[in-house]
Amino acid sequence: MKWSRRHVLDTDDWSRDEIETVLDQTRAMIEILQRPIRRAPPLRGRTVILFFAEASTRTRVSFELAAKALSADVTNITASGSSVEKGESLYDTVRTLQALGGDVVVMRHASSGAPYFVAERTDAAVINAGDGWHAHPTQGLLDAYTLRDALGDLNGKRIVIVGDVLHSRVARSDMNTLLPLGARVTLSGPPTLIPTAWRCGQLPPGVTYESDLDKALDGADAVIALRLQRERQESGLLPSLREYSRVWGLTADRVGRMRPGAPVMHPGPMNEGVEIDAAVAHGSRSVIEKQVTNGVAVRMALLYLLAATQPLEERP
Amino acid sequence: MGFHRTYTSDSATTFNDRSCEAGKERQTTTLLSRDDVRRAITRIAHEIVERDRDLSALAIVGIRARGDALAARIQRAIRANEGVDVPLGAIDITLYRDDLTRIGYAPIVRESEIPFSVDGRVVVLVDDVLFTGRTIRAAMDALVDYGRPQAIRLAVLVDRGHRELPIRADFVGKNVPTAAGDDVRVHLAEVDGRDEVEVVAKVPA
Amino acid sequence: MSLDRRALEAKGYLVVPGFVDLHAHLREPGFEDSETIATGAKAALRGGFTTVCAMPNTEPAIDSPGLVAELIARGRSADAARVLPIAAITRGRKGRELADLVELAAAGAVAFSDDGSPVEDARLFRSALEYARVTGRPVIEHPQDLALSAKGVMHEGAVSARLGLPGMPAAAEETAVARDIALAKMTGGRLHLTHLSTAGSVELVRRAKAEGAAITCDVTPHHLAMTDDWVAGSRAFAWEVPDEALQGVPYDSSTKVNPPLRGHADVRALWAGIADGTVDAIATDHAPHSSVKKDVEFDQAAFGISGLETALALVLGGVRVHWAALGAVIDALTIGPARVLGIELADDDWVAIDRNAEWLVTADELVSKGKNTPILGRTVIGRVVHVSRGGEAKLPERRVGNAEAVGRR
Repeated sequence: MKWSRRHVLDTDDWSRDEIETVLDQTRAMIEILQRPIRRAPPLRGRTVILFFAEASTRTRVSFELAAKALSADVTNITASGSSVEKGESLYDTVRTLQALGGDVVVMRHASSGAPYFVAERTDAAVINAGDGWHAHPTQGLLDAYTLRDALGDLNGKRIVIVGDVLHSRVARSDMNTLLPLGARVTLSGPPTLIPTAWRCGQLPPGVTYESDLDKALDGADAVIALRLQRERQESGLLPSLREYSRVWGLTADRVGRMRPGAPVMHPGPMNEGVEIDAAVAHGSRSVIEKQVTNGVAVRMALLYLLAATQPLEERP
Repeated sequence: MGFHRTYTSDSATTFNDRSCEAGKERQTTTLLSRDDVRRAITRIAHEIVERDRDLSALAIVGIRARGDALAARIQRAIRANEGVDVPLGAIDITLYRDDLTRIGYAPIVRESEIPFSVDGRVVVLVDDVLFTGRTIRAAMDALVDYGRPQAIRLAVLVDRGHRELPIRADFVGKNVPTAAGDDVRVHLAEVDGRDEVEVVAKVPA
Repeated sequence: MSLDRRALEAKGYLVVPGFVDLHAHLREPGFEDSETIATGAKAALRGGFTTVCAMPNTEPAIDSPGLVAELIARGRSADAARVLPIAAITRGRKGRELADLVELAAAGAVAFSDDGSPVEDARLFRSALEYARVTGRPVIEHPQDLALSAKGVMHEGAVSARLGLPGMPAAAEETAVARDIALAKMTGGRLHLTHLSTAGSVELVRRAKAEGAAITCDVTPHHLAMTDDWVAGSRAFAWEVPDEALQGVPYDSSTKVNPPLRGHADVRALWAGIADGTVDAIATDHAPHSSVKKDVEFDQAAFGISGLETALALVLGGVRVHWAALGAVIDALTIGPARVLGIELADDDWVAIDRNAEWLVTADELVSKGKNTPILGRTVIGRVVHVSRGGEAKLPERRVGNAEAVGRR
């Protein structure tokens, strides 16, 4: 299929074809990262601007490595020390981005919807590296890649996503990439941390909610644990982190209920001892480190698809 | 003489993307029959062995997609004739193309596979058609990112002329003069179900 | 004058009393970059509203007789729609102490309200309802449980779940409505609930009225026409089939409003309320904002839709699909609000409507300073073509001419 998306703002309406195209390109990019010289030239002379209004080391570094692996130049606009921190509006930051004339803007922002705001106002291609609770499309794609790598064809496989789904852009994006590939998803976690509509049955087809994690994990093909933020306890959504980890923490016993070979995943960074035991995080089923490698490759695939073939003369 | 619409079945390796030229009459000629193709491959395998007697330093890398199928056949022929397993690889050059901004879409990148070290080896690049030379230039750029070969040689099934870069083949199946507007189509059993090379030419006025 | 009327009717226009808007934000004093009394009053006329009530959430809030008088004076010099002042219930709208309600009424306030905030303290609100009885003016309450709806920026439902935005559940409005109704029954006060948005709220009012409570309520045109799908980018009115062509960019802050756009079932329930008289009035909650306040991330944007000039077209859409009779809708724009305020409709305030006029909503078309409406760029049907206020023809010019003629004047 011919790639036709100008931006990667979410994976809400991606077809199976589009997702598989990115996953296939990802495999090619992984090979490049294994070469003695981990570099290819298609983005030579192009600029990728990393605009991270929300702090993040791993995702930003992952994008930076991806951009450099394709020979792009990289500029960082980060929250700390920049005018963003001094109260510059998103509108003004966008005008600066436009004036800088990057080919691609990779952005992370605390407000859901911010990437759409930016995409409407610049000529650059925009990749959403996380907007509020809404989407983290590259995470969704790298999780799909990691699962496909571990399990093969995802048709009919059942993936459990456990944790603070309400506030999780990773959960939303994972659902949006796994469901078109034929997988089913079981959401689990405290009722206060699942959107009311989903808890009460208004779920997309192929998704169910099961508050009992043990039941959810019985016979599952994989589990994705989400990070639990300490603030959730403070805002009255949870009685205590201790209770959370007792009822919904991933222990070795719980993980043993899944099918043999079922992988354990986590988008990182992890709160070991809260949502996941250290032994599980570093155990034989964990593919968490592979997620990191795959993340760079997925981002390379998207940067290539979005920027490598844009005519140079039409740049802002 | 029928009306044939031109199209490229796989643009990852050819630079001959051309759109449909309605109304122009085209003539299809067979350049290499099935037997011609097989004989050419056998002959190339022999020539490679004759040129580099030290097979232990040799490696064969096919350029996707069709060059890799040819490379595999050459490697099998050498094994059959000499009893030696020459290391085989495949390289995808999409990311090294010099025309990415001119073709209007992003070609699918396939995985390269070079499961051995190229350092110090004599690497024979294999492609189906040698035309402008840009594919080979891209392949060499990709190859040197894997290490420093002792030498790089080039084997092609068809050399059709019209070089735009200073590139020449060491081993050629058949030299075929063509017009620049012609379309040379290589069919291989592994990819297209049959072995044949055709030329689709414009009928002269 | 009556000659004009008959002539207009002969042309096929609908001639009806001038509309009365119970609820508009004219932003003056304090927020003149978003709207002034003059621009707001002119926008009201263009929308067919010959009378518009100005909410007191200005800076300073309208909580003293002097400010009420000033507002009346400025309204007069605007020489457009009649501007009636609503005074604050509590001093500074802070929700702690009652304002001098009797003096405010004497100065000309037609009602009391702390809108866009509810009076959170139930004991204070009870006092307000009791005390205001002396004035004969209604207490207009914005029903919202601030704790339940804290941080919410849209309706809590399947769309907010998908978009990853914190939601304001229907219950946040309904618990407040229930509280307000109970207090009204207990005090015998004259309660008017403004901009109800959920099926549950309408049902609570229906039951209260059936029990004889003297409660009135209004709904907005945008709640009658749009749903929470609009936040996700849909631009299909509630009576239209969703269509690729009616699709915009999600997270458009012009869809951010309080109370938020709700679900389809809620929209249908509001229309049923108009049809059976549960809903007394349609009020615009005209909330103009300068672009500085709206051209930002969705969660940072101010709440509000600029609605005076598009109200008629929106409500006529529901009439066209028979969700309520034309008569019921016109009553809700005229007799209904007049009754709520206890005023008479003036004979020489009337408007002529072209029900079939199609016009493109653009920023230039709108006389209001507030261009924050999600139907910018859409063509709508239904337009005011003539306004008579106090016997004078008064339809103000558009700011910059549109190539299409508005209609024959």
